[in-house]
Amino acid sequence: MAAGVATWLPFARAAAVGWLPLAKKTMPKPPIDKKNRNDEILFVNVSGLRFQTWKNTLDRYPDTLLGSSEKEFFYNEDTQEYFFDRDPEMFRHILNFYRTGRLHYPRQECIQAFDEELAFYGIVPDIIGDCCMEEYRDRKKENQERLAVDTEAEMATDTPLPPHSTHRERLWRAFENPHTSTMALVFYYVTGFFIAVSVIANVVETVPCRPLKGSKKDLPCGEKYSLAFFCMDTACVLIFTFEYLMRLFAAPSRCKFMRSVMSVIDVVAIMPYYIGLVMPENEDVSGAFVTLRVFRVFRIFKFSRHSQGLRILGYTLKSCASELGFLLFSLTMAIIIFATVMFYAEKGTKGTNFTSIPASFWYTIVTMTTLGYGDMVPNTIAGKIFGSICSLSGVLVIALPVPVIVSNFSRIYHQNQRADKMRAQQKVRLARIRLAKKGTTNAFLQYKEEGGFHDRDHDGALCLKNRSSFEHQHHHLLHCLEKTTNHEFTDELTFSEMCMTESVGYRTSRSTSISSQQGVSTSCCPRRAKRRAIRLANSTVSVSRGSVQELDTLHVHKTTIRPQSRSSLNARTEDLKLNCDDRDFTAAIISIPTPPANTPDESLPPSPAIPGILRNSRSSSFTHETVKISSL
Amino acid sequence: MEKGEGEGLQTLAIVLLLCGALKLLHTLGLISTEDKLDDDLELSIVCHRPEGLEQLEAQTNFNKKELQVLYRGFKNECPSGVVNEETFKQIYSQFFPHGDASTYAHYLFNAFDSSHNGSIKFEDFVTALSILLRGTTTEKLEWTFNLYDINRDGYINKEEMMDIVKAIYDMMGRFTYPALKTDTPKQHVDAFFQKMDKNRDGVVTLDEFIVSCTEDENIMRSLQLFENVI
Repeated sequence: MAAGVATWLPFARAAAVGWLPLAKKTMPKPPIDKKNRNDEILFVNVSGLRFQTWKNTLDRYPDTLLGSSEKEFFYNEDTQEYFFDRDPEMFRHILNFYRTGRLHYPRQECIQAFDEELAFYGIVPDIIGDCCMEEYRDRKKENQERLAVDTEAEMATDTPLPPHSTHRERLWRAFENPHTSTMALVFYYVTGFFIAVSVIANVVETVPCRPLKGSKKDLPCGEKYSLAFFCMDTACVLIFTFEYLMRLFAAPSRCKFMRSVMSVIDVVAIMPYYIGLVMPENEDVSGAFVTLRVFRVFRIFKFSRHSQGLRILGYTLKSCASELGFLLFSLTMAIIIFATVMFYAEKGTKGTNFTSIPASFWYTIVTMTTLGYGDMVPNTIAGKIFGSICSLSGVLVIALPVPVIVSNFSRIYHQNQRADKMRAQQKVRLARIRLAKKGTTNAFLQYKEEGGFHDRDHDGALCLKNRSSFEHQHHHLLHCLEKTTNHEFTDELTFSEMCMTESVGYRTSRSTSISSQQGVSTSCCPRRAKRRAIRLANSTVSVSRGSVQELDTLHVHKTTIRPQSRSSLNARTEDLKLNCDDRDFTAAIISIPTPPANTPDESLPPSPAIPGILRNSRSSSFTHETVKISSL
Repeated sequence: MEKGEGEGLQTLAIVLLLCGALKLLHTLGLISTEDKLDDDLELSIVCHRPEGLEQLEAQTNFNKKELQVLYRGFKNECPSGVVNEETFKQIYSQFFPHGDASTYAHYLFNAFDSSHNGSIKFEDFVTALSILLRGTTTEKLEWTFNLYDINRDGYINKEEMMDIVKAIYDMMGRFTYPALKTDTPKQHVDAFFQKMDKNRDGVVTLDEFIVSCTEDENIMRSLQLFENVI
């Protein structure tokens, strides 16, 4: 019910007096309103801008932040007001919603900022009034498309391969992004060349060549040099078949691949050849066979893999399907009307071309699209009048849906331009982020180096640089983590050194951890690992420096961050605030799920190649990450 | 050539026919070209301001604070200061989503609109509320009598009562327990007349009405229930 209507409830209840004489039974007792009915004015301070409103106004929507008791969390006793550290300009609109019952979307605001404010105040965006709903929806759709393009761009192209990908994945990647390797690029250009060759051959083979000796008729080149053309065709089809089979093999989801448009085009392009091989050289059948050869022209569509513009065009047509449908429909209507009129107008003329209504369709189409071949012309005055009306209306009908299609195309085209620009800027962005991240880890390592862990009472003249309390607490946290897992943070350089010098021993943990079902294969250097890297909650590198802790050396394992987390990093680039999970670090601790702590040493068979003691660090139970360490 | 002339005449006839048809449709109003929007805009600019707060306080049984609250709600819903019947019906129907409250709202509107000019001003609104919530029993019953007396002739006859009762049952909607039968309203009206019509002349006058209601304890008790609605 609308908020304002609630104020009319007393009136509606009063009007119930009119039912009383008719009532056969006594009325029920009214509810007793224990609340203090006196309305009071509330003060709301939003980043310095003070708003005042009646309490009842806010109470109209009890399922929002301001209408429920949630606002008490923001109550400031000293100033007797509710303080929100949010955008004051946006708050105006939020408050107006309470007052008028309609939420308006301000056009000059960013849609995401607006959505965030709504989410904070607990207001569902569906309440936006009709006046602003369309604008809101359009902007939201635009934003989502933009984000989709961004994530697509990020995930697809330039991220390096995960180290343990199979040949299949690498092949697929090479097909999708030819820039990744030279082989892929070469293949890309070769296929492009052969598509062009095939199309040109198709075209040229119908050109009349000079006739053979002794005959007068001009022969099409296809028949004169039939062997040459056949060989060229065979070569092209072989290449296309090979490419298709490779793609089919490499595709991560074969069914999906087979249903995609490009694969259908591929099949259609090579089918006629094989059908021609299989079919006998029969006169009756060859008519249909000739028709099949027409499909060879579809090979030109294979160029859409090579040209982005073609893809944009195709996508535009797809997205404008409704406008195109409307255009077609209105044209058909107009054609039928005018064809009928012309037919009846020209019926009396002797020897007229307008022999039937379907015959008049041709005239109408030619006239409406302003082609005007002149093979059919009206002779009567009435026919001429209606013919001119027809051509005028044709111009109008066609001109109407065209701007819609054009604007759609322009929007999609610009989006693609933006995607390309973004990809270029992305590299710079990524580099910056990596630098920032390294900065934080380096800060911690530096802190350790300077002996920040020792007590301050030591007169070691520790000149710790000026660090904020945040940094101190953060470093303390990392230190706690090190102590918990008995591993230490280090940087890439040191780690790769250790990798080179140590021999590899890997051990797998067969057991499942308490809550996660992840098996882990550990190996020092990923290139030598046969198994795929299993994704873990934290990526890890940890090697002890040697001196500080009592552990000598550790077998560790390094995986890279999974590609998805990269994009999430991009999403919060400036968010270097750390949460409890150290996802932002390139160097972190591995979690190797191990058997529960009460069966410490016997659970894993000691590998004979590695002497030493199996030691189970007794970490506290809340981290179900106990680590097996062995010392060489 | 006669043939050309004949054709020319034919064409002329066809064109004239088309034009005539269009004109006819236009005059019939099936094709309209002017904007009707401007007329609607004119109507809604009418504005009304109520009398002063002190005057209203004197005329009704509300105090200043209550009047303030009432006016705020009223003005919020109807910024122009008057309620027309459409808005009134809409507002009232929102409280009864199950059935159709428009008929009863129509009668209510007529009861509220004491000046019978098709719109309720704030004064009418507050006066009626004052009677219904803070008035004496006699005043309340008088108001109810005016509500039932649709044609304002001073008598309630069976037809008027039937209309009112049917309107009330309409508000219940279709899905009731026990299911509504077609003669339920009639039975209700008969029972009412049985009770109210003392001299059995087929109509109920104001005095009969007041006397009968005062005798009925249920009604008396119920009348007190709505005292503290505001």
